[in-house]
Amino acid sequence: MTVANDNDLEAQIAEWRAYMRRRRELNTDADELEDHLRSRISELTEAGLQPDEAFLIAVKRMGSLDELSREFAREHSERLWKQMVLPGEPDAATAARARRELPVMVICAAVAALAIKVPSLFGVDLDDDDAGFYLRNASLFVLPALAAYFVWKRRAGVRVIGVLAVLFILGAVAANVYPLANDSQSTVLTAIHLPIALWLVVGVAYVGGEWRSQRRRMDFIRFSGEWLIYFVLLSQGGGILVAFTAGTFNAIGVDAEEFIGSWLVPCGGMAAVIVSAWLVEAKQSVIENMAPVLTRVFTPLFAVALLSFLVAILWTNNGIDVDRDILILFDLLLVVVLGLLLYSISARDGAARPGLFDRLQLVLVISALIIDVMVLVAITGRISEFGFSANKSAALGENIILLTNLAWSAWLFLGFIRGRAPFVRLEHWQTRYMIVYAAWAWIVVFAFPLIFDFA
Amino acid sequence: MYITKDLVAASTTPLVLGILAEGESYGYAILRQVNELSGGRLEWTDGLLYPLLHRMERFGHVESDWRTPPGERRRKYYRITDQGRAELVEQRRQWAAVVDALQAVWNTTQSIKPITGLAWETGA
Repeated sequence: MTVANDNDLEAQIAEWRAYMRRRRELNTDADELEDHLRSRISELTEAGLQPDEAFLIAVKRMGSLDELSREFAREHSERLWKQMVLPGEPDAATAARARRELPVMVICAAVAALAIKVPSLFGVDLDDDDAGFYLRNASLFVLPALAAYFVWKRRAGVRVIGVLAVLFILGAVAANVYPLANDSQSTVLTAIHLPIALWLVVGVAYVGGEWRSQRRRMDFIRFSGEWLIYFVLLSQGGGILVAFTAGTFNAIGVDAEEFIGSWLVPCGGMAAVIVSAWLVEAKQSVIENMAPVLTRVFTPLFAVALLSFLVAILWTNNGIDVDRDILILFDLLLVVVLGLLLYSISARDGAARPGLFDRLQLVLVISALIIDVMVLVAITGRISEFGFSANKSAALGENIILLTNLAWSAWLFLGFIRGRAPFVRLEHWQTRYMIVYAAWAWIVVFAFPLIFDFA
Repeated sequence: MYITKDLVAASTTPLVLGILAEGESYGYAILRQVNELSGGRLEWTDGLLYPLLHRMERFGHVESDWRTPPGERRRKYYRITDQGRAELVEQRRQWAAVVDALQAVWNTTQSIKPITGLAWETGA
């Protein structure tokens, strides 16, 4: 092999690598693939081929980049989970679909925004008398539109659409079939739990009906985190818009409050749900996923906060003052810890070895567990004093569900850190557990009003 | 010889695990060994081996690390784990059942002979 030939070959390989680098899903494994390419080339040149011929054959045998990208994307969806349309042939049909995406999203958002005004046509207004109706039904105005958007985007089949329709109808029945007073605990519980149940129904649409696939479920968890962040950002922007609208119209003596209260805020809020989902889907790789970034920032901080809380309990020997709201506070704490755990799992490279951050995560989970067990012990001691109301039962049930999840997660995490179990076990535990959340949310929505006499 | 995609996909995991059970190896060497073992009849698209190896790593069947053997390029070596060995035993059990069933079918069904000419071409 001459020197000129060698240089040519190096240039060709460099070019091939540059081409690979443009594919995010291949990027990290370029070294491994390059080693393979070089092995193949040297085998072929030893068999008597010219370097450039050997290069061509080696590249061809490697497989088309599109095909490779697809396979790598399937295996490493954490690298590009947003790019749900895996790189295929950019034919006319897909290009046309891409152009239609924005109009479809706008239509779904408009449907959601107008849906919330439909009850007004029948005299059910957003005022005090019917506040309970809107509280219970809010998610029913918008989440079907969101599911419709994903049905279109994933080209879901008739079977999936049927399942979605049945579940949404069930939700509507649950929200409206019971005679619930506006200020009853059951109305509040339904207002909190129906959105959770229906959000998981949206998940069925999101994964295009593949709800058995653990990877797709994890995709939905990723989506949910990013969606929440976008939604909060949009809501804050919306708040500023409202403030300026009210202020400027006030300055010219026009009272815009009526318009803001009954149109801008409710319709805008509904539309924001859809727009956030679209932004998560559309942003591709423009910015890094936010949820894992926030997780990395807050995991150490929460770990320190919980540890110092534990130390404070031991130091002062003060018991936890168990009052009415304490369970809810600790439920929320568990939700935060679970969120921190979920979003570090969702962004983790499953094959990476355990590191310092994983140990921190374990410390966080275990201290949350210890604290929660202390709270539960304190609560059960006084449960007879409180009696079981709907609120308390829901809070207690949620606490136990979250505690179970975190306890088993901690066990799996420990196994992973000690090198006994692969990380994927923890991932699958989390994705499988989603069904528990769904079941619990539906139980609260359907069974609690009956069990507690519509209180 | 052409072997359908599904068949190739189903057999890759036990093949790779079996090869790694003999000792650690890297992607290119694994492919060559598959080629030798099958007498050149089992051909994969080279690149597709790697997502498979990564999946097996994620499930904990294999482990990997980058190493530079003296006088060679830096390479990613794969090693089978205990769990991978257990998986191999399980796969072997399943494949044995499939092979037995197929064998029984070949023996009982008279009309299936090892193909010398296609049936409709020989006028049967």
